[in-house]
Amino acid sequence: MGSLVLTDLHASVITDDGELEILKGVSLTIESGTTHAVMGPNGSGKSTLAYVIAGHPKYRVTSGSITLDGVDVLSMSVDARARAGLFLAMQYPVEVPGVSVSNFLRTSVTAVRGEAPKLRTWVKEMKESMVALQMDPSFAERNVNEGFSGGEKKRHEILQLSLLNPKFAILDETDSGLDVDALRTVSEGVNTFRDQSDAGVLLITHYTRILQYIKPDFVHVFVDGRIVTSGGADLATALESQGYEQYSPASA
Amino acid sequence: MTTAPPIDLSPRLSSLDPNVFDVPTGREVEWKFAPLAAFSRFFQAIEGAGDIRATHENEYVRNVPISDVHSSWLPTDRPLAVARSLVRNAVVVDVPREQVIAEPIVVQLQGAGDTSYQHVEINVGAFSSAVLVIEHDLDRDICGALVVNVGDGAKLTMLSVVDGATDAVHLSGWHTTTGRDSTFIGCAVTLGGGFVRISPSVTYAAPGGNAELLGLFLADGDQYLEHRIFVEHEQPHCTSRVTYKGALSGPGSHTVWVGDVLVRRGATGTDTYELNRNLLLNDGPRADSVPNLELETGEIIGAGHASATGRFDDEQLFYLQSRGIPEIQARQLVVRGFFAEVLGRLNDDTWRDAMMSRISVRLGLATQESNNE
Repeated sequence: MGSLVLTDLHASVITDDGELEILKGVSLTIESGTTHAVMGPNGSGKSTLAYVIAGHPKYRVTSGSITLDGVDVLSMSVDARARAGLFLAMQYPVEVPGVSVSNFLRTSVTAVRGEAPKLRTWVKEMKESMVALQMDPSFAERNVNEGFSGGEKKRHEILQLSLLNPKFAILDETDSGLDVDALRTVSEGVNTFRDQSDAGVLLITHYTRILQYIKPDFVHVFVDGRIVTSGGADLATALESQGYEQYSPASA
Repeated sequence: MTTAPPIDLSPRLSSLDPNVFDVPTGREVEWKFAPLAAFSRFFQAIEGAGDIRATHENEYVRNVPISDVHSSWLPTDRPLAVARSLVRNAVVVDVPREQVIAEPIVVQLQGAGDTSYQHVEINVGAFSSAVLVIEHDLDRDICGALVVNVGDGAKLTMLSVVDGATDAVHLSGWHTTTGRDSTFIGCAVTLGGGFVRISPSVTYAAPGGNAELLGLFLADGDQYLEHRIFVEHEQPHCTSRVTYKGALSGPGSHTVWVGDVLVRRGATGTDTYELNRNLLLNDGPRADSVPNLELETGEIIGAGHASATGRFDDEQLFYLQSRGIPEIQARQLVVRGFFAEVLGRLNDDTWRDAMMSRISVRLGLATQESNNE
């Protein structure tokens, strides 16, 4: 059993007006095999939480810690974190012109697994993963995220999730911009990954919609840079009917 | 982007006599970017300079005395005129008419001594098709011309490679004339040398000609790489596409791209577009980019240009790194991808892959440098 542990995490972003604190003391423990949903209103800092765990250089951690199976994550480079078993499915994956999906995936898988997969088994593995996500084989020849629709981008993120097989996956607003069919397909991809591994999942979302497909074990309400309350899956149901207003700093 | 001076609309001065051209002072539009000291030795005759020869002759490639060359091309600047007046050997590539040459014709050029003059003359006969790869000699300073005649209905794909770990001076003027309904694809791959100035120009001898000028360059250290394009549309229904991409690394590197496209009054139905993109891999390099389009007629299909010089996108780097790919490898992937658009235009997988692997070798060095900033 492994764990991803965030302890009193504070992080800031550098803006034109100086340093702005966004994470104001986040403590969260995710055990292997469990799924946590972090829900919060726009601007609460929940996406920042995802980026800080992945190591985006835009953010500076001012205090607190992140450990993966007891090992300090904050001292690792972005790529070392991925090789250690962290994965972030991004809300807005960037285009990488001129780099094909197949080249990108193979390079990535080689880096994370520590050795290049054998070509024959690799092609089969990639195709099977793509079929499971209802992706056309021609997808592999396209440039990374270039001209992808919103749904294609998210499928591509989940395709990477299934191939890289991380210990802990952070899904940042994976449901945004998806129609019902695409949401179902993407959710099935995540569920297959959960069933076939013992990974921990941190699901960051604004809406409860995706939680109908991906059942969380724990739900945390995230407001103004910190977790304000935690509970089981039923907390999401309550949020659905009552919204975030009761947790906003103004009404506290 | 630097403000473009207007193109001189008067016919270009051309002559075999070097003294028709003034010695450049550095104030001329054509020489304003170049470090003149590096190129100035070619403004005068150089005693004891050698000649460029093709290392291997075959049914298409021969070394001949310059007196055997009868093309109508005339030098358009002083260094080219000096070189033309002193060069003794010409490398001639002749593709007879109505032949489709399946295998690329590879021409390895080699000079003598520490300085050589160059004259390369390429003639592709009517309705023929060929791929030509020219490997330039970077072990010495070179100055001279590369004259291309593409016959009616013919197609030539030419890859001109300037690569090598030397600080040589390389000054080369290309002049291509396309025949009726012919196609010229000319790709400059400039990776090596200390001071390189390549001036590809195209004129159309008849309607229906197509010219695609491609280029990719990679500058690091103290390299100066200049590409100065001139396309003159005089005939109706011709097309030109110019696509140059450059990557720069290191505080002392400097690249210049100038794209002059002139559409003359009679060139109705012209379709032209030029693009230059430069990627700065770190702080310090300087990339000048000057697209310039002059239209003397509005009766055209299309005319446009685009130029952009940008820093390496750190979000791309983050994305790739977040997938476990180490930083140096991620940078190489992005730069290779950046060049892929240009190389994808070459309809020859073997040479495209060969060029990409050379770029990777050079990038290995360049990205390591940028990583050490």
